[in-house]
Amino acid sequence: NLQESESENKLDGETASDSESKSEFGGSPPVPTSDDTPEVLNRALSNLSSRWKNWWVRGILTLAMITFFFIIIYLGPMVLMTIVMCVQIKCFHEIITIGYNVYHSYDLPWFRTLSWYFLLCVNYFFYGETVTDYFFTLVQREEPLRILSKYHRFISFALYLTGSFCMFVLSLVKKHYRLQFYMFGWTHVTLLIVVTQSHLIIHNLFEGMIWFIVPISCVICNDIMAYMFGFFFGRTPLIKLSPKKTWEGFIGGFFATVLFGLLLSYVMSGYRCFTCPVEFNNDTNSFTVDCEPSELFQLQEYNIPSVLQSVVGWKTVRMYPFQIHSIALSTFASLIGPFGGFFASGFKRAFKIKDFANTIPGHGGIMDRFDCQYLMATFVNVYIASFIRGPNPSKLIQQFLTLRPDQQLHIFNTLRAHLLDKGMLGGLEDA
Amino acid sequence: QEVDLEERLGELDLRSDSDIPDVPPPTDSTPEILKRALSGLSARWKNWWIRGILTLAMISVFFLIIYLGSFMLMLLVLSIQVKCYHEIITIGYRVYHSYDLPWFRSLSWYFLLCVNYFFYGETVADYFATFVQRREQLQFLIRYHRFISFALYLTGFCMFVLSLVKKHYRLQFYMFAWTHVTLLITVTQSHLVIQNLFEGMIWFLVPISSVICNDIAAYIFGFFFGRTPLIKLSPKKTWEGFIGGFFSTVVFGFIFSYFLAQHQYFVCPVEYNSETNRFVTECEPSELFQMQKYSVPPLLQAVLGWETVNMYPFQMHSIALSTFASLIGPFGGFFASGFKRAFKIKDFADTIPGHGGIMDRFDCQYLMATFVHVYITSFIRGPNPSKLLKQLLILQPEQQLSVYKTLKSHLVEKGILQPSLR
Repeated sequence: NLQESESENKLDGETASDSESKSEFGGSPPVPTSDDTPEVLNRALSNLSSRWKNWWVRGILTLAMITFFFIIIYLGPMVLMTIVMCVQIKCFHEIITIGYNVYHSYDLPWFRTLSWYFLLCVNYFFYGETVTDYFFTLVQREEPLRILSKYHRFISFALYLTGSFCMFVLSLVKKHYRLQFYMFGWTHVTLLIVVTQSHLIIHNLFEGMIWFIVPISCVICNDIMAYMFGFFFGRTPLIKLSPKKTWEGFIGGFFATVLFGLLLSYVMSGYRCFTCPVEFNNDTNSFTVDCEPSELFQLQEYNIPSVLQSVVGWKTVRMYPFQIHSIALSTFASLIGPFGGFFASGFKRAFKIKDFANTIPGHGGIMDRFDCQYLMATFVNVYIASFIRGPNPSKLIQQFLTLRPDQQLHIFNTLRAHLLDKGMLGGLEDA
Repeated sequence: QEVDLEERLGELDLRSDSDIPDVPPPTDSTPEILKRALSGLSARWKNWWIRGILTLAMISVFFLIIYLGSFMLMLLVLSIQVKCYHEIITIGYRVYHSYDLPWFRSLSWYFLLCVNYFFYGETVADYFATFVQRREQLQFLIRYHRFISFALYLTGFCMFVLSLVKKHYRLQFYMFAWTHVTLLITVTQSHLVIQNLFEGMIWFLVPISSVICNDIAAYIFGFFFGRTPLIKLSPKKTWEGFIGGFFSTVVFGFIFSYFLAQHQYFVCPVEYNSETNRFVTECEPSELFQMQKYSVPPLLQAVLGWETVNMYPFQMHSIALSTFASLIGPFGGFFASGFKRAFKIKDFADTIPGHGGIMDRFDCQYLMATFVHVYITSFIRGPNPSKLLKQLLILQPEQQLSVYKTLKSHLVEKGILQPSLR
């Protein structure tokens, strides 16, 4: 169970073992999860009472996951990408297995195959689009890759059609139609949630490791801080759905996360390996993170508003512009991230399961760790696309080269007029 | 009672189809006037007449809309999309007795609005680039479009989470998933249809007509020659109908494209003229729509007696489109049949007398729109020049300069641009 290289951790009040949650499940018993704690831990903790034992197990596993996180970051983007891929597959597997358990679909063997086939198709589609963008020169060099990339959408679509409509429709069995349609819908919604999110994470990663690490850490920090504030100061319940969450935890977590985000961004913005976009170097055939840091990651003087001046005692402060963005990211993590958790809690209650799976002892399945991260990746991606970077120039050049000559000329002339307007073409052109 | 409902529905999923009670059939909405006119005939012929009349009515409406132009077509596609969405959602309500969850109606319509807003902003905004440039507020909406759409969607998501009611969780999750899958199917398809339309009306007309022709031809061939059943799911379909329909559709597509390819109105990409505030379809027809001589392969020479033939290259593409319509289109129909059996409904709705709901007419079209779109992007056109230009203008000035230099050297190399006088 420790074989999966986890990189996240979360203290979720929901899955703490207490009898209250069981009584909400009504008549039917929850799907049991067997105790997966490794023997060595069991022996070491055999003396403690069961409550403390649970705490220790969770604590040790948390530290183990954090350590793995740091190791993976050290190992670089390629390994990170692989890890994200593995986590995605495991999450998909967990959710599909729940579907099987809910619908007793074991006697429809086609469905296992079809689900994995869909996962493959959608991943092929997304990875193909990403690979084409980032590995452009490599792809153009190798003939088979070039053809695959040129007709990528068509090939993906053909693969999807074969699996989905043809195989699915042909596999419809009398008296089981409803079940099969349910599983079809279940698979697609799962793909939508799990696979698209993981690809957005990879896009964020390629933008710069800081765009991967800061959001994820903010969500984790928010979880931990909300739990601690709730533990020490918690009084007013937040939402009926998760009785353990409190307003004190929510608000305390919010401020703590914003602060944490500011500090973490400050530390990370100083290092090129975190702030530079990941690029593929054709000569060395490896990933490089080396560049001139953009404006976002250069220290600037900011005037402190007079209100805060009296409090803090400084007139100006030196900050990275990125830290301002980190406030937006932390705010989102604290305010909306928990909704992802509530969604997952509702889902678990709807289908009467205690945890998504029993992969991590004391913590539940991978999905339990990642439920707050769903929306974060999408938000970061939309944020970057809207406020940070513009379109990718090399991609634009790529697209330009496929246009017809008259279209190319038209665009060229418009661009020229625009640049002349701005006075950028001073010494280079005759007007 | 609440507990019973949840328990009963919880168990409902797990039983096999035969245990599920039928959804009550829709009422007969044939207009009175038709009923009186046909009261003399027997029930079977009456049904035929109703279907026939309605078919002619729909085809006439189709021609009328084509005549009225692209904008009307766009509106038509949008209305159909909304009606299809409504039909499928209503089925979900009936299946799950979800009428006592009033939030869900609002949420479903809200999500429909969000997704439509997102898609229209991404695609249609490109075509109205000149219109948009002039207005400040629209500029803001376009620049931050993704962020705004995402924020709208999130609001809906949060509203869903806040609306979760104890003892109804499973129901609510089902409806949430149902809504999303429906959006995926109906809204994305309809936007692809509109994108195909903007590429040129011919890309809209030929695929849709091919699917309709395939339906009718397969039915007729099946009626006269049908013997071997095709698939257990739809006992009325036969292999003879399938194959006969295939060949008829290819021939039909071939001939139909020949006629359409001659008119600029059908062949030119739809553009928005900001001076006249109208859509125009005027252009220099691309190579696809210029007559070319093809040598007939020796095999067919003997049969046809010609050595060369004058064809539009588009007609070759039409063969691909017709083939898809005939071979894969029916699978969309089978999917819908399976769906109807799974949820024990006879028709999606009772909107069109004798034909069922709008979805019943469009079930074969699902995949066609996506196929045409993928086909066009893979084999026909490159990226959209105006979108490319828009993105170029957003770049940082230094980036623009470097792109400019690259483009210039490329164009000079290819001889498209004369080297500047220096």
